[in-house]
Amino acid sequence: MSDEKEIDPRRDDRFSEALRQIMGGSFMISILAVVLALIAGAFLIAITDPTVQKTAGYFFSRPTDMFQAIWNVVSGAYTSLFQGSIFNFQSTSAVRAIRPITETLNFATPLIAGGLGVGLAFRVGMFNIGGQGQMLIAAACAGWVGWSFPLPAGLHILVALIAGMAGGAVWAGIAGFLKARTGAHEVIVTIMLNYVALYLISYLLRTPGALQEQGSNNPKSPAVLPTAVFPHLLGAQFNLNIGILIVLVATIVVWWLMSRSSLGFRFRAVGENPNAARVAGISVKNMYTYSMLIAGALVGLAGVSQVLGTSPEGFGSGIDAGIGFDAITVALLGRSKPWGIFVAGILFGAFKAGGFSMQAANDIPIDIVLVVQSLIVLFIAAPPLVRAIFRLPTPGVARRKRTSLTREVAAK
Amino acid sequence: MKKTYGRARPFVTLGNVSGTTARTSASILEDTLTITARRAGLAGLAVASVIALFTACAPAPSSDNASNGGEKKNDFLPCMVSDSGGFDDHSFNQLGYEGLVAASKDLGVSFKKAESKGASDFDPNVSSMVDQNCNLIITVGFLLKDATEKAAKANPDVDFATMDDNEISLPNVKPIIFDTAQAAFLGGYAAASYSKTGVVGTFGGMQIPTVTIFMDGFVDGVKYFNEQKSKNVKVVGWDVDKQNGSFTGGFEANETAKNTAQGLIDQNADVIMPVGGPIYQSAAQAIRDSKKDIVMLGVDADVYESDPTVKDLLLTSVMKGLKQSAEAVTKTAGEGKFDNSPYVGTLKNDGVGLAPFHDYASKVDSNLESEIATIKKGIIDGSIKVVSPSSPKS
Repeated sequence: MSDEKEIDPRRDDRFSEALRQIMGGSFMISILAVVLALIAGAFLIAITDPTVQKTAGYFFSRPTDMFQAIWNVVSGAYTSLFQGSIFNFQSTSAVRAIRPITETLNFATPLIAGGLGVGLAFRVGMFNIGGQGQMLIAAACAGWVGWSFPLPAGLHILVALIAGMAGGAVWAGIAGFLKARTGAHEVIVTIMLNYVALYLISYLLRTPGALQEQGSNNPKSPAVLPTAVFPHLLGAQFNLNIGILIVLVATIVVWWLMSRSSLGFRFRAVGENPNAARVAGISVKNMYTYSMLIAGALVGLAGVSQVLGTSPEGFGSGIDAGIGFDAITVALLGRSKPWGIFVAGILFGAFKAGGFSMQAANDIPIDIVLVVQSLIVLFIAAPPLVRAIFRLPTPGVARRKRTSLTREVAAK
Repeated sequence: MKKTYGRARPFVTLGNVSGTTARTSASILEDTLTITARRAGLAGLAVASVIALFTACAPAPSSDNASNGGEKKNDFLPCMVSDSGGFDDHSFNQLGYEGLVAASKDLGVSFKKAESKGASDFDPNVSSMVDQNCNLIITVGFLLKDATEKAAKANPDVDFATMDDNEISLPNVKPIIFDTAQAAFLGGYAAASYSKTGVVGTFGGMQIPTVTIFMDGFVDGVKYFNEQKSKNVKVVGWDVDKQNGSFTGGFEANETAKNTAQGLIDQNADVIMPVGGPIYQSAAQAIRDSKKDIVMLGVDADVYESDPTVKDLLLTSVMKGLKQSAEAVTKTAGEGKFDNSPYVGTLKNDGVGLAPFHDYASKVDSNLESEIATIKKGIIDGSIKVVSPSSPKS
């Protein structure tokens, strides 16, 4: 998004250079990838719709029927996506009318936190696939503090938040430490730690005296004490809670860390080229461990917001809700930049919130929404494809062909 | 979308009818597609055009019934939210859904439904139903209890009915519950009577009361058989006293469910009762893979009818009147007579029951049917007590 400052702009054609950066750069690609995915999604919605299929059966007798059906189903689908994620203009009360946008922000909260964690690891050249495990451990830690220790309001939230983030940090830190000390690949280690966490938490949820609610047979935790629950921002009718503010702060901190601090500089140096970083006197091993610790804490924040914000009435082993993996998508879409992730998280939050009403209002399978999300990633992962489809200029192609090639490879 | 189709369609047909015009049409597409994409596109369009030619020639229906169906009689809008099994599980969710469909048809109203993929979908699904201006929202499954309770408190103007849960007491929530242990007792008795290895087994989706009540009844039924006939048929997969046994951890037909069934088969069980939505499908696979003479008990529906692909494996089914209850509740609410008194399905009111043996009628003990009828009578009049920790407390 802010590639301009990385390339030294010539004074004479600064404007055209900047324009080329915007048009050919990652920001435009992200937008166009979303557009392409929505078009492809419209196609899928149309061909899976029973009315369209029926009208296609007599297409040559009366083709208008089919076009009408396609228009109805596609416009209906995207209208309800909007209604479910931004503003519900068909509702009976003002509260229900503006509730969707708050739901979007609510869904975005853990996605942004998780995306920041995954994106930070990306910048250091690490793939953190362990979001699920880190969230589960964080959820368990935060939840346990939340229901076990009666503390004053405010302080309780803070302690639970720190406990959860510490849990996530330790879980991810294991992978960072193992990579630093033994060279074990972080992808394998984080994936395996997902399973360890999932079954460990499932076991604890089924064990009386551990995480299971007392006097219950269900694999479910007790409810968090009211003092530890994230307060609602807009009253009880809205689910929106202070989690979104915490995540906003986290975004600012990560931005500062990566762009302004010396630790962030070392992180990026290791991400660009570990060998060069080592020659420059940076301890690459320590950077691996530190970055995973921070990444885990951020993903842990996603787990904490699930437990203290979304479902404080107790959780099961599905509390991560696939956010650990969605966070990878969010980080990719946001190009691993903090503010990019923030925006991408809100976009995905909107998809999640809108997906439910797409299903409820139009009977469109929720899977189609997931397909659209996956298509976005697919298009994002292939910038040359998007450029080819929209005939966009390749950035810097006029003068610096070699550089642009390497940058494209890097973007892949 | 409309525009794209308008352009692509004539190309499809012309390209097929006469090859000469294909070039001009293709040149239109050239602006938007790269060469490689076009090649792939052409191949795809050629296939599509052949299919279109075959299928698209049917006559158009007369225009009066081309648009959407008749007018609605009233504005009542019943809605339903499934648990993670989905409305096509041939069991639990599907039955509730069928009840909703039947009632809506009778009332002449439309309805809405939402499927949940997992626990995190419950809240948003229920609240999106509220946003759709539903009057009655039926939530299928014990697991939706929290989501239902939350939504019911926040929206006192909307009525709710919860299947399989009676822990909510709010003026706008009607619990629909079943004393399934009674029917499962009969199932357990039949299983014990049929078993040749002397071992029968059961496993569940999740350790929740609505699942374990089946398993409790099943085990008690086997026990009763042993007492009556002084036999020693063993049950694997569930221990009533410890309330502990085999569970797959969810209501999805998956590898875990198959392995769990395999575990029971390895312990020599030849009658298996998988409890929980579609997990019987995985059990059926495990049975077929074992190549042994093993039968299953269906649950919720008469699975023989709801899913004929496994009918050759079904000894019988332990049925729960989900369809009838969903239908009845929707209808009463549609007539404006909603109340929050619980609906409890028992053997007595045919809310639960044992399905016929169907193909196995000739293979079971000739006295079994009459014995089961006697036991059923005993349970109804109270001379045989079937108690499960999970039984609904009236």
